[in-house]
Amino acid sequence: MPTFGSFALLLALALSAYTLLAGGVALRQIATGSRSRIAPERLAETARRAGIGTFVATTAAAFALVWCAFANDYSVSYILHHSNRALPGPYKFAALWSGQEGSLLLWAWLLATYGFVLRMRHKVDVKLTAYASTILAGVQLFFLLLLNFAAMPFSLVSGPIPADGFGLNPLLQYPEMVIHPPMLYLGYVGFAVPFAFALGALMMRYPGEKWIHITRRWTMVTWLFLTCGIFLGAHWAYAVLGWGGYWGWDPVENASLMPWLTGTAFLHSVMMQEKRGMMKSWNVWLIFSTFMLAILGTLLTRSGLVSSVHAFAQSPIGTWFWIFLIVVMSVCLFTFILQRDHLKADNKIESLVSRESSFLFNNLVLLAACFTVLWGTLFPILSEYVVGNKVTVSAPFYNRVAVPIGLFLLFLTAIGPLLAWRSSSFRSIRKNFVLPVIAAVVMGIVVIVCGVHPWTIFTTNQQGEFYSFIAFSLAALVVTAIGSEFLRGAAVISRNTGKNLLAAMIQLTRRNTRRYGGYIVHFGVVVIFIGIAGQAFNQSREQELALHQSMSVGPYRVECEGYSEDTNPNYDSEYALLNVYRDGKLVTKMAPEKRFYSASQQPQTMVSNHSTLAWDLYVIYAGKNPDSGQPIIRAFLNPLVAWIWIGVAIIVFGTAVALVPNMSAALAASRVRVAANPEAVTAQGGD
Amino acid sequence: MRAFSRASRIAVSSVAVCLMAILAMGSSYSAARYSDLGHKMICMCGCNYILLECNHVNCPSSGPMVAELRGDLNQGMGDYAILHAFEDKYGATVLAAPMFTRFNMIAWILPPLLLLLGIAGTFVLVRRWRRRAAAMPPIEHSVGFHAMREKIRRETQL
Repeated sequence: MPTFGSFALLLALALSAYTLLAGGVALRQIATGSRSRIAPERLAETARRAGIGTFVATTAAAFALVWCAFANDYSVSYILHHSNRALPGPYKFAALWSGQEGSLLLWAWLLATYGFVLRMRHKVDVKLTAYASTILAGVQLFFLLLLNFAAMPFSLVSGPIPADGFGLNPLLQYPEMVIHPPMLYLGYVGFAVPFAFALGALMMRYPGEKWIHITRRWTMVTWLFLTCGIFLGAHWAYAVLGWGGYWGWDPVENASLMPWLTGTAFLHSVMMQEKRGMMKSWNVWLIFSTFMLAILGTLLTRSGLVSSVHAFAQSPIGTWFWIFLIVVMSVCLFTFILQRDHLKADNKIESLVSRESSFLFNNLVLLAACFTVLWGTLFPILSEYVVGNKVTVSAPFYNRVAVPIGLFLLFLTAIGPLLAWRSSSFRSIRKNFVLPVIAAVVMGIVVIVCGVHPWTIFTTNQQGEFYSFIAFSLAALVVTAIGSEFLRGAAVISRNTGKNLLAAMIQLTRRNTRRYGGYIVHFGVVVIFIGIAGQAFNQSREQELALHQSMSVGPYRVECEGYSEDTNPNYDSEYALLNVYRDGKLVTKMAPEKRFYSASQQPQTMVSNHSTLAWDLYVIYAGKNPDSGQPIIRAFLNPLVAWIWIGVAIIVFGTAVALVPNMSAALAASRVRVAANPEAVTAQGGD
Repeated sequence: MRAFSRASRIAVSSVAVCLMAILAMGSSYSAARYSDLGHKMICMCGCNYILLECNHVNCPSSGPMVAELRGDLNQGMGDYAILHAFEDKYGATVLAAPMFTRFNMIAWILPPLLLLLGIAGTFVLVRRWRRRAAAMPPIEHSVGFHAMREKIRRETQL
């Protein structure tokens, strides 16, 4: 199987090189009008088919690696280092992305899959798709070169083959790790498609904004994958790393956040290009930057350039990525300089108080947030290079610099939808803003009455409560703004059709799914901000618990019912059985655990979490006191964490709504289909 | 004039006294200071966690470092003195964020500065665009233009 896998990778490399070369030659011939023995259209078609072949070959290689994992083929070095016989099946499958070479193969396979879908749907726009396909082949070629010459997943073990593998990193032996990395990679890799379309459209001086319509769904789906990937990672960190938090501003976490921020900016600013033909150069650079940041993220994850808790995927392949980044940057810059006259805006912003301006400021703030994250991530390297002194840039820096930017963004989320395109009159501003502002003020008062003291920022040098106060007030502002938008539209429909308000709201959303789906996404973001704001009120306690001894955390009393040890072929474990009481009543039983994995000889914390809407009781088995033999329990009371995961679910729902075609557009499309082929529709109807 | 300047001096002095009082209140808050300082340092065992969040059993670094922090607080040392003492002992990487000194100032200043410059630049750009747009001849309003525009506005709200 390793030989088959290696051959499949070589074949994929040859096919993607052909796609790039033949596609490039064909497009050049079409552009210049020159002819050769083979017609350029035929040559382009062979390139497209070779691209489809790349997908088949890469799939075969990925399949071969998974097969090796399930067959316990420890002659393959990668399998030896990332699997073992006792490893449960799903984690053997996850071994595909648990190490450097495997995760690069996953990158290449996902890119080939995206390329496959794009090439199968080439009739949407044959010429533009041919450009995008050729550019994607270039990206694919880089990853296949890496896999064939720098990070070979099928390299064999020298000397005698061990009977068992070294096992999977315990941190990765968690159900979410089976979906978090593919989801994140779907996001990273997916941005290659809008990037390819944007670059292709610029190269061929594509008229109009159709390329944006074609890539809109790609971009939204990709953005959704990246969002889910980031939050699954946050949830994994919360449930596995056992420090009580979900976001540690680790360089690798930052690497995933950066393309998300620029991708979000792109999703907003393309609306200006679609509606008013503005910000064309800006949009092109936003999508270029998003793709390059996705590559930079992959580089940071793998090169060991910055120190990170994600140490399981470091290697010296950074040079390859730097070269690739420079090539991509040069191609983008060269194409932009050559074709920049094609990106002239049709309109200009006419008023500072308009929807366009709010989009512009939203983009500016998102980019500032992205720069802050990039700057904080790379500053230790810069500091070491300039003054020879390495520093750490962690949570305190981001809390002071990035959090205010995030809150400003939340403020703009409230403002933007209330402003009209082109210009807003003072009267309409007053009309639209009165209610949200009142809601924000009332919320601020309620929050203070509930015991939040924002003024502690002046007395204790801690910003948490102040930021929370601002976040809650702004949340009320945004929710009221969104709610009033829904209600205003629904009231008109209700008046005209006699439907009740809920039915009118559904109809309203179906009429403009993108707009109202977007509002639902904004609402999800607000819910996430509320969840994050709860962090300011975290409490924690650590105590050694003898049998039937208890400790109190917030409203809970945690009593030790027992503690024991267990063993199975994969790991040994120590755990405590805890009864949790509230107001004297048993609420739940918890069993925090510490595992010691036999193959990898590494310990792992298994957190026990009792989650409610108000707070999470998050309990860790910190270890055993060597003198008394009694367990040491660390308990955290983390308010509002569940809101974060609910917010993500709302974002997923909102994006799904935005992806659905508008009711009128869908009706029009079905009318066109009926007109084009009435018999087929009748036959379908008859079924 | 003299009375005015005297009043201003009194006002400035009062503000300064209040600020000092507020800062002094901050240093007397020892539990909050412990948490604040503990979250401004990194555990040096190599785990890269914030000092008070390191969850490693029998960690060789976090326990002694926390004890050291408590000791410094009990001695009545100021925040900066404690942070400097840790920096001298463990190196600059012990601080979870760079101090506001010399080259490190760039780390703190650059992101907000760029944001402010961006906002200012956007204001200037939009004003320039507006001026250009104003120079264009106005669109002739036909009869019923305002009524039609109002109707369009109403309908596009949906």
